[in-house]
Amino acid sequence: MFQTVVSFLRTEIRGMSTFRKIRWIIYLLIIIQGIYLTIVRFTKGLGATTNLSDEFPWGFWIAFDVVSGVALAAGGFTLCFLVYLIGYHKFHSVVRATVLTAFLGYALVAVGLLYDLGKYYNVWHPVIMWNHHSVMFEVAWCVMLYLTVLFLEFLPVVLEKFKFHRLLKFMQRATIPLVIAGILLSTLHQSSLGSVFLIVPEKLHPIWYTPMLPLMFYLSAIVVGPAMVIVESTFSAKAFHRSLEKPVLVELAGFLLIALIIYIGVKLQDFYIRDAFKEFFTGSFESIHGLLEMTFFIVPVILLGLKKLRQNPRWIFFSAFLVVVGVVYNRFNVCWIGMLRQSNANYYPSYSEIAISLFLVTIGTMAFYFIARFFPIFPEHEHEETTNHEHQTVPLKMVETT
Amino acid sequence: MSKALLLDFTRCVGCQACEEYCAKENNLPSDAPDDKLNYKNFTVVLKRNHQYFRKMCMHCLHPACVSVCPVAALEKTENGPVIYYPSKCMGCRYCMMACPFQIPKYEWDKPIPVIRKCIMCHQRVKEGLPTACAWVCPTGACRFGDREYLLEIAHKRILTFPNRYVHKVYGETEVGGTSVLMLSSIPFEELGFRTDLPEVELPELTGTVLRRIPNVVITGAILLGGISWLVNRRMSLEQEHKETSRSEKRKKDKDS
Repeated sequence: MFQTVVSFLRTEIRGMSTFRKIRWIIYLLIIIQGIYLTIVRFTKGLGATTNLSDEFPWGFWIAFDVVSGVALAAGGFTLCFLVYLIGYHKFHSVVRATVLTAFLGYALVAVGLLYDLGKYYNVWHPVIMWNHHSVMFEVAWCVMLYLTVLFLEFLPVVLEKFKFHRLLKFMQRATIPLVIAGILLSTLHQSSLGSVFLIVPEKLHPIWYTPMLPLMFYLSAIVVGPAMVIVESTFSAKAFHRSLEKPVLVELAGFLLIALIIYIGVKLQDFYIRDAFKEFFTGSFESIHGLLEMTFFIVPVILLGLKKLRQNPRWIFFSAFLVVVGVVYNRFNVCWIGMLRQSNANYYPSYSEIAISLFLVTIGTMAFYFIARFFPIFPEHEHEETTNHEHQTVPLKMVETT
Repeated sequence: MSKALLLDFTRCVGCQACEEYCAKENNLPSDAPDDKLNYKNFTVVLKRNHQYFRKMCMHCLHPACVSVCPVAALEKTENGPVIYYPSKCMGCRYCMMACPFQIPKYEWDKPIPVIRKCIMCHQRVKEGLPTACAWVCPTGACRFGDREYLLEIAHKRILTFPNRYVHKVYGETEVGGTSVLMLSSIPFEELGFRTDLPEVELPELTGTVLRRIPNVVITGAILLGGISWLVNRRMSLEQEHKETSRSEKRKKDKDS
């Protein structure tokens, strides 16, 4: 066992280019630093590693690891809805990678939460100590259940690899109920992450505080779903030297555009009803961040609205990337920027906070890379086969005709 | 009957006996007097413009902290105090986030921290005694009693001495009312108390959304199940149609 691992690593390292080697060394350094900071966090406490204070109790870890993390893993439920429920089979080739991304994303959210919780060993308490008045209680349950659902949704891939055919058949029969449960749980906790901030009308800036927060969080999660699938499949195409399936990307871009237009429409309507447009033009710290956030959504609409750019994988990737940044920016604004003024705090994340988040993201990316290498995540080079096939059939036909 | 405290800042002479006796009663580290609330104290006496004033947990009638705690580690007791169970707490700090008065404090320097805040001497209150701070106060600036009765007294004082008081009982309507009521001679916002707080009970804001969840789940499940059934049926019908037409073709081919 040990020898096979060593020989595997040896061939792996030998096959790398210098550029790739440097990149892996950087990953390794991030991980070593992350392990060290993890030890510091759990032995010295939150005060030693974070810039959090009594005035500002939620910081970068909640904003990025938890709230943004859950949003970015939303591709799972949107794509499962399209593929399994309404039979949109064009996206079948990306659905496994997306479910894996979602599963790893939620697993990272859970791990990230452990770093942030003061008494992390009590993380299971919501299971037995109920408070149904609490949004957080509901989110905790949904995330626990959804993590299980995602695991079961991904299980067929593992069963296929190890050839457990009977269990595989049983799991495939359970697909539709699992997908429905997944969509319902996602709907609940994606929106509830917005409801979490409904209780602070006196702290959150009026650009972001609205009774519609749950709807805003839900819609933006749907928006970022296809965007994340585009970004993730572009990256993995590069990492695994696969050709990108252009028709799938173009189709996804179409969905992204529709979702974006709906989201922006609802958002503008909400600003209009609350008479909050004036908040954007006060020139204050918050108004600048609010305007910047909106540009991350409006620019992709313009780009994808042009038919020529919507057919180009590069522009599709660029727009999707902007949307991903925009949604993370939105979560940062709600959790962090919009809270600063009323809390009288001058919070900015400490080096350790950012380093640990980076550590978690690196681990997640590596986990994806290795799982994708050893399990049948991507369809087996359909594209190449068809092209080969064409090459073979063309001369044959010519022979026939002659 | 819900108990409450009435803090009349105009009567406070700044002796800090309440701070001292509070620390004794609740086994707090009695360091040098603090200039702001932190995890080492439950209350502080401060001074602004020749007037002393006090900061402590307001013990809301509808506390946001109690409603948001995912593990029910905070509880509003019948007698009025909002109390805390450290053994239940998992340290998510949502209570600190939700509190409109920014009262709960955290032991940031400890590896295993807990929330610290005034618990209104709930053991003493249960036994029918006043809180430690009210019991020790020499001038009557801190008074313990039934909330309705204390409210009556507060309004009477404002009526009899309209020049001495700001015409407001802080805590009467803020976030649906609190069990700690305050009277002051200088405006409350100058003392650092927020006067722009909503009068609605904060837990209602999330409650209205949470109550919709059973509906969302049931209608959602039926809707999604229906969609999937319809799509599946259409596809299987299409398949059948194809197969029957194929077999018919074969039959025709055979016949011809």
